[in-house]
Amino acid sequence: MSGARLRATDALPAITAGTDLAVGGVTKRFGATQVLGGVTFTVPAGQAVALIGANGAGKSTLLRCCLRLIEPDAGSVRLLGRDVRGLDAAGLRALRTEIGFVFQKHNLVGRLSALSNVLHGALGRAAFGNAWFQSLAPQALREEAMDCLARVGLAAIADRRADRLSGGQSQRVAIARALMQRPRMIFANEPVASLDPAAGEEVMALFLDLIRRQRLTLLFTSHDLAHAIAFADRVIALRAGAIVLDAPAAGLTVTGLRALYD
Amino acid sequence: MTEPPRPPPRFEQPSLPAFAAYLALIAFFVVSLSGTGASISDFVSGLPQIARLVGEMLPPSTARLGPVSWALLETFQMAFVGTVIGVLLSVPIAVLATRHLSPHPAIYHAARTHIAFFRTVPDLVWALLFVVSVGLGPFAGTLAIIVDKIGFCGRFFAEAMEEAERGPQEALAAIGARRSAKVACAVLPAAMPSFVATSLFSLEKATRSSVILGLVGAGGIGIELKVAMDLFSYDEAATIILAIFALVLLVERASAWLRARMI
Repeated sequence: MSGARLRATDALPAITAGTDLAVGGVTKRFGATQVLGGVTFTVPAGQAVALIGANGAGKSTLLRCCLRLIEPDAGSVRLLGRDVRGLDAAGLRALRTEIGFVFQKHNLVGRLSALSNVLHGALGRAAFGNAWFQSLAPQALREEAMDCLARVGLAAIADRRADRLSGGQSQRVAIARALMQRPRMIFANEPVASLDPAAGEEVMALFLDLIRRQRLTLLFTSHDLAHAIAFADRVIALRAGAIVLDAPAAGLTVTGLRALYD
Repeated sequence: MTEPPRPPPRFEQPSLPAFAAYLALIAFFVVSLSGTGASISDFVSGLPQIARLVGEMLPPSTARLGPVSWALLETFQMAFVGTVIGVLLSVPIAVLATRHLSPHPAIYHAARTHIAFFRTVPDLVWALLFVVSVGLGPFAGTLAIIVDKIGFCGRFFAEAMEEAERGPQEALAAIGARRSAKVACAVLPAAMPSFVATSLFSLEKATRSSVILGLVGAGGIGIELKVAMDLFSYDEAATIILAIFALVLLVERASAWLRARMI
């Protein structure tokens, strides 16, 4: 595992002009369980970072804390230059419109069409009601949503209900929804964990291709160590809520990373 | 050779407090039965009266079929308009009464209290109040149905929204969507099957209620039935009862058909 280095988790992150995310000493407890114990790291603009770790290591909680979908107990989060913990509700909503979030279980609205689900990516920026349903949306937004669907190869099934899509198609619609946000950064929580290996490989390659083309910053969690090495510039490993590895992906091996799970 | 393990007892032995509670429940039922004045001999001696009444009802009279049909139509109009307006008003109140969607805990509790109040006061009482306020006629009955539907649908709509899948709601929150967008785009579509089922059941319930509301002068066919019974025109009363049966059956069948197609 050459290139790997242990880092102190309580050190403050070095914030530079090109830093999209700076997490400093973030802690989170659920009852008696400490899920995050002072996590500190930064993500420069344009970098793809994989967060790995066993179940319960704190990966999903960390992603949610970065956007305050879960409120951290302590620590600081600077995202796209803004102090996330200091934002009021309106400021937080404005910040979230710039961050695409792809969930493990896609989280589409099952009874709405694929196109309406993609359109929801514009909810943060569109006028009241304009991005609720494709049937009520202005033509420009509908065309933009269709373009996003086309980029993930699903323009042909725009009118199909989301609960009638396959797992791979659903996740691609979720990616299209994130693209519809016109995001500056993408968070992805085990984006292909619910897919079979072939579909997972295909969706991950498409996802990374779209992100690289738009030079977006990416922070994603994964249990697939090969994906982490292949698709990320850098790998951060969590164990029991603390960072135990932060290293460039290029020097890492699956065998070496697997040892972190022991 | 070892003995196979013995299965657990078929029934759990109740604890002493549970046993005492069962006994108290049985004792209360016996006391209540006596409180209702239930009497087998009265029931048996009343059977010939029932037979006589049924005899006088047959054959049903068709003399007032025209007015009865109009009253029946008015009954359904009250039920339909009352249900539609009640359902529409229930949605925003139910949103306020949904724990994770309500803007403030005080608003949540106020909305829940209003819904509980509307539901627990019987529709006949609402009809009496509205007859006093807006006068005799179907408008009073329609208002009573509206209030009753807010109490009924408000509760079930709120529960359906509380049970709606949270994943899509979290996804929209992560996009930066406002509360109104989360409700419109994620909560309402998820709760829609339950809304449709509850609304159609409400229409069935309102159709039955609107018959009774006429008895207090709140419009509909109930007043026709009361007059027929008061004048001992049992053959006319039979026609009215059959008409009510046909209407309720029709609404239930139509509702079941719609439910099967819309959910």
